[in-house]
Amino acid sequence: MRRLEMVLSRLAWFFPTMAGLIVIVFLISNVIPTDPVRIVAGENATPEQVAALRVKLGYDKPIAIQLLNHFRDVLSGNLGVSIYTQRPISEDLAKRLPATLELSITALSLAILLGIPLGVVSALRRNAWIDQVLRVISVSGLAIAAFWLAMELQFLFSMKLRVAPLNGRIDGFGPEPYTGFYVLDSLIGRDWESLGSALSHLALPALTLALPAAATILRFARAGVLEVINSNHVLYQRAMGIPPRLIVWKYVLRNALISTVTQIGLIFGVLLTNAVVIETVFDWPGLGSFAVQSILQSDHKAIIGFTIWTGGLIVVVNLLVDLLHSVIDPRGAR
Amino acid sequence: MPELLAVEDLSLGFRTDAGLARVLDGVNLAIQPGQIMGLVGESGCGKTTLARTVLGILPRHAALIERGRIRFERSDLLSADDTTLNDQVRGKAITFIPQDPFTSFNPVFPIGTQMMEIMRWKSPRRAQDGGHNTRARRAADRDAVLAMLDAVQLPQPRQVLAKYPHEVSGGQRQRLMIAMALLPEPRLVIADEPTTALDVTIQAQILKLLRRLATERGVAVLLTTHDLGTAYEICDAITVMYAGQEVEAAPTDAFFRHPAHPYTARLLASLPRADGKVLGIPGEVPNLLAPPAGCRFHPRCERAEPACSRSRPPVTLPGQGHAVRCYHPQA
Repeated sequence: MRRLEMVLSRLAWFFPTMAGLIVIVFLISNVIPTDPVRIVAGENATPEQVAALRVKLGYDKPIAIQLLNHFRDVLSGNLGVSIYTQRPISEDLAKRLPATLELSITALSLAILLGIPLGVVSALRRNAWIDQVLRVISVSGLAIAAFWLAMELQFLFSMKLRVAPLNGRIDGFGPEPYTGFYVLDSLIGRDWESLGSALSHLALPALTLALPAAATILRFARAGVLEVINSNHVLYQRAMGIPPRLIVWKYVLRNALISTVTQIGLIFGVLLTNAVVIETVFDWPGLGSFAVQSILQSDHKAIIGFTIWTGGLIVVVNLLVDLLHSVIDPRGAR
Repeated sequence: MPELLAVEDLSLGFRTDAGLARVLDGVNLAIQPGQIMGLVGESGCGKTTLARTVLGILPRHAALIERGRIRFERSDLLSADDTTLNDQVRGKAITFIPQDPFTSFNPVFPIGTQMMEIMRWKSPRRAQDGGHNTRARRAADRDAVLAMLDAVQLPQPRQVLAKYPHEVSGGQRQRLMIAMALLPEPRLVIADEPTTALDVTIQAQILKLLRRLATERGVAVLLTTHDLGTAYEICDAITVMYAGQEVEAAPTDAFFRHPAHPYTARLLASLPRADGKVLGIPGEVPNLLAPPAGCRFHPRCERAEPACSRSRPPVTLPGQGHAVRCYHPQA
């Protein structure tokens, strides 16, 4: 079974990839011209106090030793304590992860549900008015800055039309926490009030994140369909009188999805990048707003911790994408 | 006997940026029930376009049918609506064997899925149960598929169905294509250069198989080819096209014994000979954006005279079933 082999080899790559990520993040944090020790010590610390703290935190050691210590800490799950919240950084991140996952998974699903059908329609009606309209929308979707779109949506839907809340993740205390995903938790607890509130809070940030992603998916789905629609196997099925709709939505779509699916790993990365800004605009208590706080506080270890976590997330998503790819395209897997 | 398929005075162009390319110019073609007809001509002479016009799968916006009729049994295919054609003609009364069996399977679906998709819509048993794809019908269809794979001499039919297209050889894929063309029990199979993409050693096997199965079942075949040798091997009759015009049609033996059109004679003379000499035809194939008037072969024809460039010669009949369009046919 080649697929199992592929999964194992991809899993094996997970560890060197993460190791590389940890090293790079560490090195970058060392070339940033701020002194983490001074920040921790505070503005009023004397030079002696700073020196003592430097020894205590291990920043006096050679870089190689610091790196080894850093590795040991990260592997044992210890990312240090946030200067801002005074809690272990892994705890903060773990608490915020479901919020970001809920937002990004919703946005990605929305992007796929919008992007793929519109991409197919765009390809089938190539250069007709609907294709032109979709082209304008998708190019704008890619070009518009996420934070601007976020604020425009807030202005329109929250302030003018008053159909969606301005910011936050939920009204009240939220549903009984089973998973940390509010939508899921309210479904499990049959807490319909929370469900409505969670969904209405989710709508605008998810839409903001989804639009550029949908635009990318639309472009790839359109290109994928155009690549296949004139191929011999489509001509053959038409010649044999297979219903045209079935040819498009079963056979052509499967071929077009191959190139689109490989993009989803990349799109997820862009999604997380945008989430940093969007979560701040919508006051969404996820990893992104945590990163912004950490940066504003020069919270060194928290930034490193955030980067490692999101890096790990992207690696995992790419692993899933590879798996999905091998399911859709049997040529590589057998 | 009425023809199974009769193409009458068919003219068709493709819109291009440079203007209308006149690909078919008043073409006539007739196929009797059960007849194997070879449509012979050089690349670009319009034989593939003619095959696709009969199937109704030309690019909708680019192709412009100017005049003509395509009669199949009792209906005119050009005036029938597309849904009816899809339901009753394409893949059912008329099936198709493509030129390239490598790319004519969808690479990401198992062979069995693609064959059963055809059976789902085109099975001869479809009418019996009101068009429903019942379990019993699927089982019967599957048996028919396996029996047909046996008939096209594919080893291990069950295993083949589970495979993906890239896992079987080109020759086997073309056997699968033949099987799919015959399963709906059609009256006409259109085979568009079915062996061009295959190794020479396999070509003869595939052609003989096609001929045998079609003859056994009484299915007519329209076989397009640029290879006179192929046509000689398996066809009952041959129609020759040049630059979008049919120039000669005859039963195979009459065709090779008494070629009447100068182009046909040149074509036969250009076959490689035992002494190794190859005779070409002087001049070039005309530009279809501005084709020569009258007989399109006249600029290259040694017998051409003014009448040839004024209007296209009418059909004359030098022999039984032998038709030629030339003012000075060879006796």
